[in-house]
Amino acid sequence: MTFPRILPVGDAALVVEFGDEIHPDIHRRVLALDHALAADPFPGLRETVPTYRSLLVYYDPRQLSWDEARRLVANALARSTDTPMPEPREVEIPVVYGGEFGPDIGFVAAHTGLSEEEVVRLHTSVTYTVYMLGFAPGFVYLGGLPEALATPRLPTPRPSVPAGSVGIAGLQTGIYGLSTPGGWRLIGRTPLTMLDLNRQPPTLLQPGDRVRFVRIG
Amino acid sequence: MLEVLDGGWLTTIQDLGRPGYERYGIPVSGAMDFFALRVANGLVGNPPGAAGLEITLVGPVLAATAPCLVAVTGADLTFRVDGREMPMWMSVFVRRGSVISFGGRRRGCRAYLAVAGGIEVPPVLGSRSTYLPGRFGGWEGRALRAGDRLPIGPVSGHLPERAGRRFPPHRLPAYSDCPTVRAVPGPQDDHFPPEGLETFFGAEYRVSPTSDRMGYRLEGPPVARRRAEIISDGVPPGAVQVPPDGQPIVMMADHQTTGGYPKIATVITADRPLLAQCVPGESRIRFAAVDIAEAQRRYRETMEMLERSWE
Repeated sequence: MTFPRILPVGDAALVVEFGDEIHPDIHRRVLALDHALAADPFPGLRETVPTYRSLLVYYDPRQLSWDEARRLVANALARSTDTPMPEPREVEIPVVYGGEFGPDIGFVAAHTGLSEEEVVRLHTSVTYTVYMLGFAPGFVYLGGLPEALATPRLPTPRPSVPAGSVGIAGLQTGIYGLSTPGGWRLIGRTPLTMLDLNRQPPTLLQPGDRVRFVRIG
Repeated sequence: MLEVLDGGWLTTIQDLGRPGYERYGIPVSGAMDFFALRVANGLVGNPPGAAGLEITLVGPVLAATAPCLVAVTGADLTFRVDGREMPMWMSVFVRRGSVISFGGRRRGCRAYLAVAGGIEVPPVLGSRSTYLPGRFGGWEGRALRAGDRLPIGPVSGHLPERAGRRFPPHRLPAYSDCPTVRAVPGPQDDHFPPEGLETFFGAEYRVSPTSDRMGYRLEGPPVARRRAEIISDGVPPGAVQVPPDGQPIVMMADHQTTGGYPKIATVITADRPLLAQCVPGESRIRFAAVDIAEAQRRYRETMEMLERSWE
């Protein structure tokens, strides 16, 4: 397979794949194309969804055929390599670790062979990148978890995880935007409102943001 | 005002959804059968995206606290006013104090009730559609129940004169209990061996009883896959994901915005209404492969026909 490649997705969308692994360089190219399309949108462009390694592009099939949409996106792709990207925002997320807010921190400590204190120290020691928001409203997928903290998901998801919960799943860490069912190991919770439906944009974090967790409480 | 005397099995307020927020993980939602909602709105003189009721399998009981003009489209759930059966796909004048109700289900899964002026609940991110898993939109983010009082937007003109407008039956989609649904292969069709694609486009699948507004789980011959998972990426409505057990899942209006299963095909927009009328646990569907040009032609034809119908 050669990347990037542009694939049709039904009659009203296409996807640009930049690779098939999770890697900061691949993600940067996703955001570069997203940025190029937002800076100079073509008529008929409806919406884009940036993810780890691909950009989903919705277009209006009454305005554009697949060939036209593909050509316009290919042009934006060529342009995107030399469009300057804005500096990423840096956002601090305060978190209460452990206790009732992080009921799985004991499991993460046991699984990784660390103390709970070391889990918190490591989790707050690095800067993460927002790779994508998805699956559920406002859920934030963050890349950059220290490998020593990798812990598998729960065997059975919880029926309800409170909004603001911070969890670990494999090599990823993430934040729940809304109270939903979920299988990530919960180590803490932020008091910040991650998703506010009366706000534009509705989420506190956007793809590409740089995030640091800060211990509170 | 429409006063809910009984909510029915699952009645929600829906419009054409809230596009533009998938990048924040917020699904489009909206009417599962966009065709039926658009026609219902057209019949009562509303813009196509006005909010109406999506009524699932067992209908509600509604009292009109003021005279109103309504139209019921989609599934045939035996639409009645004051106990008397009324035609579907037609605008109907309802007097103050009259009661709208439904009898047994004859055909289809989801009926749509539009009322002139639209249902005027506060929009959330530009849409009045109910998103049940997130508990937002519509009426307090939930299905209707007895005691809810739905505000209706302002209307102009003499309502009884606007009754009796019909939508021609020959323009309806090919609604069926066992529809053939057209789909464009991909985007991850290269994750499936030829026999996987043959199975998918050759077999008949039952719509499982656990199917809902988020997704239709299908039961039938397992689709062979080449690779287990993909890195999670964007999932549009109509996408057909194939999890490890090989039983396809079609993403519907409230689908999650990203997912990690390979997508074998995408149901064409024009045929999504056929899926919306499939009954969980009963309906059987087949998929037919079409190319993108054909899919886009069908979409344009459908939309142009809907627009022409109100000229």
